[in-house]
Amino acid sequence: MSINQEFKPKIVAFCCNWCSYAGADLAGGSRLSYPADVKIIRVPCSCRVNPMFILRAFERGADGVIICGCHPGDCHYSTGNYYARRRMTLLFSMLDYLGIEKERTRVEWVSAAEGVKFSTTMNEFVSAVRELGPNRRLGDLRCKD
Amino acid sequence: MQRLIDRMKELLADGTVQRVLGWKQGDLGYNPEPHYFNSAEELDEFIYDGFCGANLSKYMIKGSELEGKTLVLLKPCDTYSFNQLIKEHRVDREKAYIIGVGCKGKLDIEKIKAQGIKGITAVKGAEISGDCDELTVETVYGEKKVAYKDAMLERCHVCKGKEHKIYDELLLDSVDTCDGDRFECVDELDSLTPEEKFNFFRKELSKCIRCNACRNVCPACSCRKCVFDSNKFDSAQKANVDPFEESMFHIIRAFHVAGRCTDCGECSRVCPQGIPLHLFNRKFIKDINEFYGEFIAGEDAETKGPLTDFTLDDIEPGERR
Amino acid sequence: MNGIGVFVCHCGSNIAATVDVKKVVEMAKLEPGVVHAEEYQYMCSEAGQERIAKAIREKKLSGIVVCSCSPRMHETTFRKCAEKAGLNPYMVEIANLREQCSWVHKDINEGTEKAVILTRAAIAKVSLNTSLYAGESGVTKRALVIGGGIAGIQTALDIADAGYEVDIVEKTPSIGGKMAQLDKTFPTLDCSACILTPKMVDAAAHEKINIYSYSEVEKVSGFVGDFTVDIRKKARYVNMDKCTGCGACMEKCPSKKALSEFNSGLSTRPAIYTPFAQAIPNVPVIDPSQCLKLKNDKCGLCERVCQAGAIDYKQEDEIVTRKYGAIVVATGFEVIKLDNYDEYAYSQSKDVITSLELERIMNAAGPTKGHLERLSDGKAPKNIVFIQCVGSRCADGKGKSYCSKICCMYTAKHAILIRDKYPDVNVTVFYIDVRTPGKNFDEFYRRAVEEYGVNYVKGQVGKVTPEPNGKLTVHGVDLLDNKQLKVEADMVVLAAAIEPSPEVRNIATMLTASIDTNNFITEAHPKLRPVESPTAGVFLSGICQGPKDIPETVSQAGAAAVKVIGLLAKDKLLTNPCTAKADELLCNGCSACFNVCPYGAISYEDKLINDHGVRETRRVAVVNNALCQGCGACTVTCPSGAMDLQGFSNRQIIAEVDAICR
Repeated sequence: MSINQEFKPKIVAFCCNWCSYAGADLAGGSRLSYPADVKIIRVPCSCRVNPMFILRAFERGADGVIICGCHPGDCHYSTGNYYARRRMTLLFSMLDYLGIEKERTRVEWVSAAEGVKFSTTMNEFVSAVRELGPNRRLGDLRCKD
Repeated sequence: MQRLIDRMKELLADGTVQRVLGWKQGDLGYNPEPHYFNSAEELDEFIYDGFCGANLSKYMIKGSELEGKTLVLLKPCDTYSFNQLIKEHRVDREKAYIIGVGCKGKLDIEKIKAQGIKGITAVKGAEISGDCDELTVETVYGEKKVAYKDAMLERCHVCKGKEHKIYDELLLDSVDTCDGDRFECVDELDSLTPEEKFNFFRKELSKCIRCNACRNVCPACSCRKCVFDSNKFDSAQKANVDPFEESMFHIIRAFHVAGRCTDCGECSRVCPQGIPLHLFNRKFIKDINEFYGEFIAGEDAETKGPLTDFTLDDIEPGERR
Repeated sequence: MNGIGVFVCHCGSNIAATVDVKKVVEMAKLEPGVVHAEEYQYMCSEAGQERIAKAIREKKLSGIVVCSCSPRMHETTFRKCAEKAGLNPYMVEIANLREQCSWVHKDINEGTEKAVILTRAAIAKVSLNTSLYAGESGVTKRALVIGGGIAGIQTALDIADAGYEVDIVEKTPSIGGKMAQLDKTFPTLDCSACILTPKMVDAAAHEKINIYSYSEVEKVSGFVGDFTVDIRKKARYVNMDKCTGCGACMEKCPSKKALSEFNSGLSTRPAIYTPFAQAIPNVPVIDPSQCLKLKNDKCGLCERVCQAGAIDYKQEDEIVTRKYGAIVVATGFEVIKLDNYDEYAYSQSKDVITSLELERIMNAAGPTKGHLERLSDGKAPKNIVFIQCVGSRCADGKGKSYCSKICCMYTAKHAILIRDKYPDVNVTVFYIDVRTPGKNFDEFYRRAVEEYGVNYVKGQVGKVTPEPNGKLTVHGVDLLDNKQLKVEADMVVLAAAIEPSPEVRNIATMLTASIDTNNFITEAHPKLRPVESPTAGVFLSGICQGPKDIPETVSQAGAAAVKVIGLLAKDKLLTNPCTAKADELLCNGCSACFNVCPYGAISYEDKLINDHGVRETRRVAVVNNALCQGCGACTVTCPSGAMDLQGFSNRQIIAEVDAICR
């Protein structure tokens, strides 16, 4: 536990411009704190998040990647998050299959009004990743024993 | 097979087709390769036997650009890929004259070698006209007998069925070869601990030499230029600077063909390192079936793929069925 | 060439209290490409903006990063500032140091460290930014309204009153729609025709409105501001310019067996007809399936009696092509077919009718001249049973899953009207729930129960059986008393569900507007953009979007008109430059992007491509910038990476990822 306290995970959060990014702004406006390990990348819609971005993040040393979008049915572009949901469901299931802990990936629907949810989600996610420790698996699949 | 050759010559002679896309005898007797035959004479080198595993549908991308019609031979499983390519506007149905050829299961020379048989000079009994029960393997150390089934490709043991999904005419008989469940391997891996799964894939993917054989043979990997060869994602593979890149390549490749992969098994067949690449595709297929309902890519040329479609109440990422 | 400027805002103490802004400036200077970095108390102030502008001009900056509050707050401010200083507004990136850093992280070390990383990511992104320019497209100042019911008429009137030209395309011979068939309207009980026909006349007389009746939309191309539409004017066989509407032809026509559409098939009409007396235009059409002349080249009576010489048996369909800036869909509804509900004996007994048929029976111009009578024997009914939710709220797949919304109210209306005019008639209503959300609606329903003594029974009807004596037995259940009921009735009225007109599918496809599983057209946003379709320039009016009553339809029609007016009032449309763009050299033409685009912004062209010297014709994706809204769904579905999103490109996002994970 004491080691995990020291460990500062790198967390990449992709947030859609219309709901989740605004939700994060609201969390800020309401001074609802969450770990500084979380760095947000603004995308127009959760459907803009390419699996390449997620794998790239892991490749470059991220310990966890979270994608936030509008709640299903509320997408600014009507259908974007439905596509994102299918893509991420399959991608995360694949990562799980490859032995990557599923706590390192997450999708959460956060509306512009859910500052509290944004903050609690990030707190939860970061502590789950802290629990796991640094991500060594995704960087070194090829290393020999 | 003579019937097939006669029919092909007939279609060439009456001008229905300009050329034949089939298999040509290789240099070893068990390694035929895809080939365009431009005349009846060239067909002397034509072969269709148990070693003709290669899926010719992808070659019709080029065939579609050629003048006139091309006669293409498709095994039942190849027709799924062909349909998928029609759906993606990559082949022109009008440019193909499809003879659906029967299939009695395709052979894997590595499976014969794995039985300790060395110095193989020829394999008899793989003729499609035969009963395909037993193979006689001629080696420098004498003849060995191998049961046909024991030399079959993994994919034929989990065959989708011997029905051609698209064709102009059918020739030669098929034999049902399915005696397994194609998702068993996925279930087995899924039941392991993360550590065990990781170790398994690390071991397998460590073998990858990025020769791109899987990508080149895959009928779903039909991009004019692969993302891994372009600068669009800063992902061009110059040298193996980063050990992660192989795994990224295989995960992304599987993702790009998810919902489009017909499980033709060519990736695993051609991998010189023997990486069971179909395990990636099968996982996606199994998930798609479980999450979004049974979907068989290439069963027809119209249905929307599962990743370009959705329902309002799809399951959430990370949710278990 | 590459010169990036970084401007760190203190936001008073909002940022500066938990972020060491000087440190951020210092670290930013170390990033590649950065030639200028400074901090200031309020970057968004006049003085702050002047600093930015000055730096852009003096240091010839190629891009700037402003480390400040959320881009949702001041991105536009800083873009305008950059533009004034001569920098492309899309060469600006914001690092959100307030909402997403200083306000949520209390520790100054942590906050500063994160601020440095966020700044780094913004620098990495801006160094890959390219100048983007909002496109412009023209606006054809004319609107098309598809459907001439109350929704279409109201939308057209509102648009025309604002001074814009409107064309109404109506498939039947007259405008008016379903409302023209209704007798009275709830909850005020005023006569439907009395309030509708003046509007029809207004529409016909309006100098800005042009009605294409007996016409259908055949083809739509183009995009917002610039649609081209082919309209098929079906052959009327009557010259509209010559016809005086005297009606002699209809009187004399010997073929009188066709069922009247207007009277829901309860009466007949001649082969040459106008749907109803107040039809607009008041010019008849010849039904070619009924006309003896057109069928067998006999008769020709109408031609002989027409003094105006308006009959023209040789007339053919005509296609007119018109340009529009906006299109409104107002295709309305139909009552569902009752084939799946044979237990209610609709097909077995003439005395089991739909509510719309009852409207015609109650109407003075209807088949019974407004006398309430049984269609089987013309006798006055003594007991009438209404059955609610026939085909609505069906979870079993037999009918529609949705609530048709209008049935509770019109049934209360029917019950009141019958009890008012025929106090000796008993009226029983079987219902699942009575839904009365609307102004004066619940009061109206309560009047039916309390003042008019209508017998409301909560429960469903299992079966209606016609008896040999001509009566009907209604087998129902009373859920409140928990008992089976058998009610003897002389007439049973079914509140059949309504569904979108079947043509809407075809029209939605032409307009690339999406429809849901029930064939209702999807709105751009269910709450915030309820009268717009996701396809820019296409608007929704009336029941094509979802079930609604007349007041709601009229409000929505007005709202759609306002949206159209807002669009037509513009001389040029500025398009969002952050749109998708396909790289022709990489495009496979596979249609994956087309399949996920919610706006129909992607089409395919066979184009001659020069791929490094190889010239060939390829099918490639083309994005229409006027339609694309920049969601990026296509970019991820594209396996080759040919499709990219300007302003949020793959390389830009990867650069941000790399900068964060460095």
